[in-house]
Amino acid sequence: MSQLEERLKSGQFTVTGEIGPPKGTNVGPCLHEAEEFLKGRVVAVNVTDIQTAVMRTGSMALCHMLRDRGIEPIFQMVCRDRNRLALQSDLLSAAVLGIENVLSLTGDHVVMGDHRDARPVYDLDSVGLLQAMSGLEAGRDMGCDFKGKPNQLDGVPKFFKGCCTTPCSPDPEAQVIKLEKKAAAGAQFVQTQAVYDPATFEKFMQRIGHIKIPVLVGIVVLKSAGMAKYMNRSVPGVQVPEVIIKELTAAPKDGLKKVSAEIAARLVREMKPMCQGAHLMTLGWDDLVPDIIAQVGLAS
Amino acid sequence: MNATERKPTQEILDSLADVRKVFVLGCQGCPIGCETGGKPWLDEMTAALEAAGKVVTGAALVDMICNKMIVGVRLGRMIQAVTAADALLVGSCGVGVQAVGNVVGRRAVPAMNTVCMGDYQGLWPSEERCGECGECLLAYTGGLCPITLCSKSLVNGQCGGTGYDGSCEVSKARRCGWHLIYERLRDLGRLDDMRRLQAPRDYRKRDISDPNRRTIRWALEMAEEEPKAAPTPPAKK
Repeated sequence: MSQLEERLKSGQFTVTGEIGPPKGTNVGPCLHEAEEFLKGRVVAVNVTDIQTAVMRTGSMALCHMLRDRGIEPIFQMVCRDRNRLALQSDLLSAAVLGIENVLSLTGDHVVMGDHRDARPVYDLDSVGLLQAMSGLEAGRDMGCDFKGKPNQLDGVPKFFKGCCTTPCSPDPEAQVIKLEKKAAAGAQFVQTQAVYDPATFEKFMQRIGHIKIPVLVGIVVLKSAGMAKYMNRSVPGVQVPEVIIKELTAAPKDGLKKVSAEIAARLVREMKPMCQGAHLMTLGWDDLVPDIIAQVGLAS
Repeated sequence: MNATERKPTQEILDSLADVRKVFVLGCQGCPIGCETGGKPWLDEMTAALEAAGKVVTGAALVDMICNKMIVGVRLGRMIQAVTAADALLVGSCGVGVQAVGNVVGRRAVPAMNTVCMGDYQGLWPSEERCGECGECLLAYTGGLCPITLCSKSLVNGQCGGTGYDGSCEVSKARRCGWHLIYERLRDLGRLDDMRRLQAPRDYRKRDISDPNRRTIRWALEMAEEEPKAAPTPPAKK
């Protein structure tokens, strides 16, 4: 059982972090950040999978390297770039490398990224990918032999299967319905899209009360007022309230990081009673994680 | 021509499980050409529905169901029978099913799968599009096609990319297909249709079958050419 699964089962509030692989082979800095600021402070670290469709080094390799450094990874998998053969093969590859936590995501469309002329795949959707994981765990893949019998695996993997949801979506009811399907397909934990409005999050948590899987609220650390405004303009399902933008605008230039950490810590504190954990997305400002965790009052 | 094949009767009855009164509507365009629709289909379908305990409030054939003006005029004369029905069963390509749903504002359920001709589109191009996926899901998506409306052709609901204005992440000018489907199903009181777990698609159905490559025009072209002499098989040793 992964530490993440164990921790969530124990009922303790669980914090996860995130790193993004580089565009190129220079993996040193992001591994250093993870070792320096995340190790021992968060339970597990997500490694993004070609985030926002900007081509980078792969998630699985970095997950493996984190594991070598004593950091438990969460392998993010998007459905944009691989068909069901490659997805299942990568799941088995991850399993043999000792990676247990896998997060199933649809994936931003290729036109959001830097290879806009690429062919988007979406052979499976995020629900189908969870079904594929559950199938592999039951010892079969999605294919069948010539007689129509499901293929049997020689050696069976075990995963801790995660998914995402968007609490501040314009269609929360549609998000709830999809989350129900993800749970039915085998999802065991949820990491949400970024939330900045505890009241909206509370309503969403009430709506999903019947779905009995732990939820880690997502917080993207806001690096500036400009970034917050950009998110409101361009990131679907994310709304930064005006008061937070004002707070960032008023922050002195050399004190911006401090204000960012305070906002993140306050949000986690406010939403802590509503959910089972928090997922901190620091976008390179990993050095804030120890401070945020200390401010929330969580022993690392 | 959009080529269709009939869905199995049981699959149609499953998609109408909670419906008692049905209006049956068949297209007299392409389905005549591929011998899936027309009067024989209409009679057969009416009988099957009645045998399954449904009330058929009316039945009609329309020349080109993809043409919403023709649909409006034709159904206008039968408005009482149409509005008495809980759902319309439509024997046409996916374009026709969507066109009927959009004209009538009622639930339109497909009786056929549109099979792949290599993205050859319908005769009356409007906002409705059919991706020729061969596994028509319109019965469960409020008559709106997720394959052509969703930029990712997702089958189990929206991703996280729906904007607050209902746009798709790929473009502000594009509506999120699943946002439209959600609103339609919500207004129809049929959100349970969205709860149905849809299996991954069968992409074999996107392959153009050999008979479907051979259209009438193909046959004419071939006839104009001199018949080629059959190659001599190599002698067996």
